[in-house]
Amino acid sequence: MSELVLLFMSTLVVNNYVLTKILGLCPFIGVTKKVENSVGMGMATMFVITVASLMAWFIDLYVLSPLHITYLRTVIFILIIAALVQLSEMIMEKTTPALYQSLGIYLPLITTNCAVLAVPLLIMNKGFDFWETLVYAIGAPAGFYLALMIISTIRENLAFAKIPRVFQGAAISLITTGILALAFMGFSGLIRE
Amino acid sequence: MAEINKMAAEIADVQPGIQVPGFSLEKYKYLWSDFMNGLWSENPVLKLVLGLCSTLAITTSTQNGLGMGCAGLFVLTGSNGLISALRKVIPGKVRIPAFIVIIAGFVTLTDLTMAAYTPVLYESLGIFIPLIVANCIILARAEAFAARNPVDRSIMDGLGMGLGYLLTLTVLGTIREIFGNGTVWGASIFGENYIPMIVFILPAGSFILLGLLTGFFNQFTGSKKMTSTEVGCH
Repeated sequence: MSELVLLFMSTLVVNNYVLTKILGLCPFIGVTKKVENSVGMGMATMFVITVASLMAWFIDLYVLSPLHITYLRTVIFILIIAALVQLSEMIMEKTTPALYQSLGIYLPLITTNCAVLAVPLLIMNKGFDFWETLVYAIGAPAGFYLALMIISTIRENLAFAKIPRVFQGAAISLITTGILALAFMGFSGLIRE
Repeated sequence: MAEINKMAAEIADVQPGIQVPGFSLEKYKYLWSDFMNGLWSENPVLKLVLGLCSTLAITTSTQNGLGMGCAGLFVLTGSNGLISALRKVIPGKVRIPAFIVIIAGFVTLTDLTMAAYTPVLYESLGIFIPLIVANCIILARAEAFAARNPVDRSIMDGLGMGLGYLLTLTVLGTIREIFGNGTVWGASIFGENYIPMIVFILPAGSFILLGLLTGFFNQFTGSKKMTSTEVGCH
């Protein structure tokens, strides 16, 4: 049990997906101008990563590994993700229009978020069992969500700062992220992987 | 630029029945402008701010940057060409999954080839090779360019964008290797007593360095704002 808690903390802060592993940067820079946008993106990504990783784990265990076609992992996993994104978009539109209004526009963008593909691939590389997979698939997007919230809060305040013209937009966000990443290095060594 | 692109599309998309002259200077001009567009004025990393994950994560040395850039160039050119060739066959509603499968095919090809012929590079790039599938640049170009333009122009666009990506990665990798490790392509340049600035190798340094480079690039090219809807990604 304690190992699972440690794994969760490790994926959440020590090996934070955005700030330490440098994954999922496109939405991290792209949609974090406002806090409410990053709440929507974070929630939608969390849902897709968790479900897609578990599906990928089962498909790998019962289909890919017995048939010895693990070299098709990349293709199959990205198909799972694309199908899941399309499916959840359609279900959400029919059943919960209110939720669709707030999250719907982020869903198509999740397919090209490399963090989403990285989670199942890394789970396969590490050879996790079911519970470890579950914890990892929740901890990783939670870390992504945490990073999105931090940067969007900072960027809302940055909007009032006087920034040189050429550094406006992505450039200043990247530099801010760099400083954040330095701060997150304080967590390294907290938990041994 | 938008007008030129539009005119070029009209010229190139002529009816198949009409005889197209074998050599037309105009057409080559458009091809050249497609090529330079990706290389400079719409550099995918510095201008469109796409494909950042691979850009930042693996550019700890020139060699890694060059290797990743070549892989990206190959996948981008190949998938752009194939998607453009199939653009009239793929139904609009399932185009994104279809594009992704084409891209994933090229990536798997690259992955297996690199595993076989450049094992050291393959080891150090690790998970970022399969992650080329989820690289924004490739799907964005497929969606924004290859799905609407003929094969030759799409290939030129893929080559230009790919070379822009490759050059940026190589420059970034070289700077990080020089300061973070004191070497160029593995050869020491500052002598024995140089204390490496570790921060350049760490994720934090890569963010700050790319932020500064983006700023300088804006200074040189003029800061025409690219909004997210224009590039069809994030």
